[in-house]
Amino acid sequence: MFSLEGITNTIQNWLYSTFDPTFALLIECAIVILLAIGLFAALGLVLVLMERKVAAHIQIRLGPNRVGPGGMFQTVADTIKLILKEGLVPDLADKFLFNLAPFVVMIVAMLLLAPIAFAKNFQIWDINIGVLYVSAVSSLSVIGILMAGWASNNKYSLLGAMRSGAQIVSYELSAGLSVLTVVVLTGSLQISDIIASQADGWWLFKGHIPVIIAFVIFIIAVTAETNRAPFDLAEAESELTAGFHTEYSGMRFALFFLAEYINIFIVCAIGATLFLGGWMPLHIGHWEGFNHIMDYIPSSIWFMGKTFFLIFLIMWFRWTFPRLRVDQLLNLEWKYLLPISMLNIILVTVIAILGWHF
Amino acid sequence: MYTETQVIKETKEGELVINMGPQHPATHGVLHLVITLDGETIKKIEPHLGYIHRSIEKMSESLNYRQFIYVTSRMDYLSAHINNLACAMNVEKAMQIEVPKRASVIRVLMSELTRIASHELWLGAMAMDLGAFTPFFYTFRERELITDIMEETCGARLTMNYIVPGGLMYDLHPDFQQKVKAFVKQFKQKVTEFEDLVTNNVIFQARTKGVGILSREDAISYGCSGPVARASGVSCDIRKIYPYEGYDTVEFDEVLDTAGDSFARYIIRVKEMNQSIRIIEQLIDNIPEGDTQAKMKAVIKPPKGEFYTRVETARGELGVYIVSEGGMTPYRVKYRSPGFSNLSALDHMARGSKIGDLMATMGTLDLVIPDIDR
Amino acid sequence: MTNEDIKAFITTVQPVATFDETGEWLNILVEPSQWKQLATDLRNSSFLFDYLFCLTCVDWKTHLTMVYHLSSTTQRLNIVIKSKLDRTNPEIETVCDIWRTAEFHEREVFELFGVNFLNHPDLRKLILTDDFEGFPLRKDFEDPINMIKL
Repeated sequence: MFSLEGITNTIQNWLYSTFDPTFALLIECAIVILLAIGLFAALGLVLVLMERKVAAHIQIRLGPNRVGPGGMFQTVADTIKLILKEGLVPDLADKFLFNLAPFVVMIVAMLLLAPIAFAKNFQIWDINIGVLYVSAVSSLSVIGILMAGWASNNKYSLLGAMRSGAQIVSYELSAGLSVLTVVVLTGSLQISDIIASQADGWWLFKGHIPVIIAFVIFIIAVTAETNRAPFDLAEAESELTAGFHTEYSGMRFALFFLAEYINIFIVCAIGATLFLGGWMPLHIGHWEGFNHIMDYIPSSIWFMGKTFFLIFLIMWFRWTFPRLRVDQLLNLEWKYLLPISMLNIILVTVIAILGWHF
Repeated sequence: MYTETQVIKETKEGELVINMGPQHPATHGVLHLVITLDGETIKKIEPHLGYIHRSIEKMSESLNYRQFIYVTSRMDYLSAHINNLACAMNVEKAMQIEVPKRASVIRVLMSELTRIASHELWLGAMAMDLGAFTPFFYTFRERELITDIMEETCGARLTMNYIVPGGLMYDLHPDFQQKVKAFVKQFKQKVTEFEDLVTNNVIFQARTKGVGILSREDAISYGCSGPVARASGVSCDIRKIYPYEGYDTVEFDEVLDTAGDSFARYIIRVKEMNQSIRIIEQLIDNIPEGDTQAKMKAVIKPPKGEFYTRVETARGELGVYIVSEGGMTPYRVKYRSPGFSNLSALDHMARGSKIGDLMATMGTLDLVIPDIDR
Repeated sequence: MTNEDIKAFITTVQPVATFDETGEWLNILVEPSQWKQLATDLRNSSFLFDYLFCLTCVDWKTHLTMVYHLSSTTQRLNIVIKSKLDRTNPEIETVCDIWRTAEFHEREVFELFGVNFLNHPDLRKLILTDDFEGFPLRKDFEDPINMIKL
């Protein structure tokens, strides 16, 4: 059976048997960095194409279909165009912060890859506070956006950045609380523990209604956190032209663009890990035969399938809903989502203590 | 257009002045709004016009009575037929010409098709202003059918120049009736899609209900017309109150609402499309046979006097005021464009609301910039 | 209500106004100095002329004529009011406190014809640039670069 675990183990054994441990570790680091960058580029290309194809399907048109078979290389062509374009810096912009901002956003997205389990035992860093790490690091991206908005010296950018700041800070709360429901049920912050606890069923099915509520809130909150429609107020095309990245062009713009898609991938991966069992195959109670067949599908495919399903969901939102207004956005969070998630977490705690979940 | 605007001079501490336009995704053209903001709240809006002012009124003074009509297609380009109709009717009124019945019916059909096409485009563009991109493609699907019909009969998709003084340029394309019927059938099936996608959408309702309220008194005082005024409860449909071209022989309702907010303006336009379909259904099988052009002299020289016609375009009341000195060209032409008056109410409607609300308000005003600038 | 009623009403408030019924609608010619008072009276009268649907100006080479098209949304009456202005120094009272729509229309007439509206709250150019010289819709306006004489 195909498994990424076998490949990594073989490589590691070979490295440790040929080189001394320090050097082997360095080589491993280099491989991980290369893989992370490669994944970045690949994800960017795939997700942009997927977005355009999903949008086209919803909007009764074909989408990109000229470059390569079925328009496969359209995003490659776009990337080349963006790389070759001149990156303009406005005259009165704060040059240092202006250039730094896209990299801050990008680095934050990269850091978030660390604790994600892509397949069985295939994880960069299984830190014991995995969930905490994710929510801590992901809130850093707002700094990059504020930096970009402020440094651009453009009123639209500033408004966009301020909106984004208010939005991310508030939605962080309910995203965190809904993540906590699963932590309460599992009793661990470690990603591998959370996945292991779902071996006999995913939390979405095992955890009764509270987890379903938490899942819905999580999806809404991460849509807002990644600045996606209907919560794309930070860029709000028709109001603020392009919000915080109005003044960016060329590769700097591409980095923002890429970071947006990587962030979507990451939050969907986290959602899939917490609520849909990560790489864990679909197991139903005591149906031994069924469970056995499901085990034959490689864990990496399970993980990617669940993640891309959630990504599709978020794309579906974007092409269906109009945008919220800024006060409605904050009302939704502070008046509805936050109280609901607080009550929800109390409910989950009761269920966890009394052992009412499956 | 100003070197230093009044707004910037008057800006107080903590207020932010942003220039929305002349290049901006939401203004759908080269409209320039100077907006004073306090945080996200709008304090004042000052429209700066003239970026595409071509002075059509001055141009009309040097063109003869057959020629100046083609210029008016470029005013409100989404209701080109109705602009042409207003001018043609004015010349006919001056010359006291009776238009053949066939031409008259075809004029009404064309006007209503134009109205539907214009409202469809507005619906898509307005949804896009609010951040929903998808309805745009759905509305354009039906609009495309209308532009195809226009192309076949008039030879153009946007600036048709089909209606001329005395009747029509030429007769209908043989496929016209069949194509229009196919369009009506498809429109009736698909109109529910807008309801599902836009009207019943919770976010859309939250964005438009109670936003940009225009009271009845203000609507009259600001000279608003068309769906904007009708959403505030002003009965102002020229087709009903001063019927022209046989609008009094067809059955249709004037859609009125009293809420006066953006959602009411939206609903009015959607319902108006259905009323236009009703008119088309009544007429499409009853186009009388006969001439499409009244007998006229080649050179039109109306008598000395002043002539005014009012028609209902997709945006509201279009008035054409011609002062004739008895010569080959008009002495003075004034176009009372609906967009210009509707725009003047924008500041009043949007004051105190958020920038996001401005998009809903401006979107439902249905501004076409060449119509404002003329 | 008919044109006769309107005429009777106007004769009582402004005895010097003259009438012209050759056109489609009743034309009333008033002096610029009387216009503001007449406008207020018409707006508040039982005819309720609350809708100013067209406001423009015509250059007659010897003088300018302001043309106001008024209508009543409740009684469906239409009248046209005209006022002759001196061409060298055209001045008339603004009516934008009676009909708000006049604010933009008067600004347009101000820049295209050079009519000075007294007591207008915001009389600046709306369409043309601030430094534009001349009044484009006057008959003697010449622009050899942008205008083609036919």
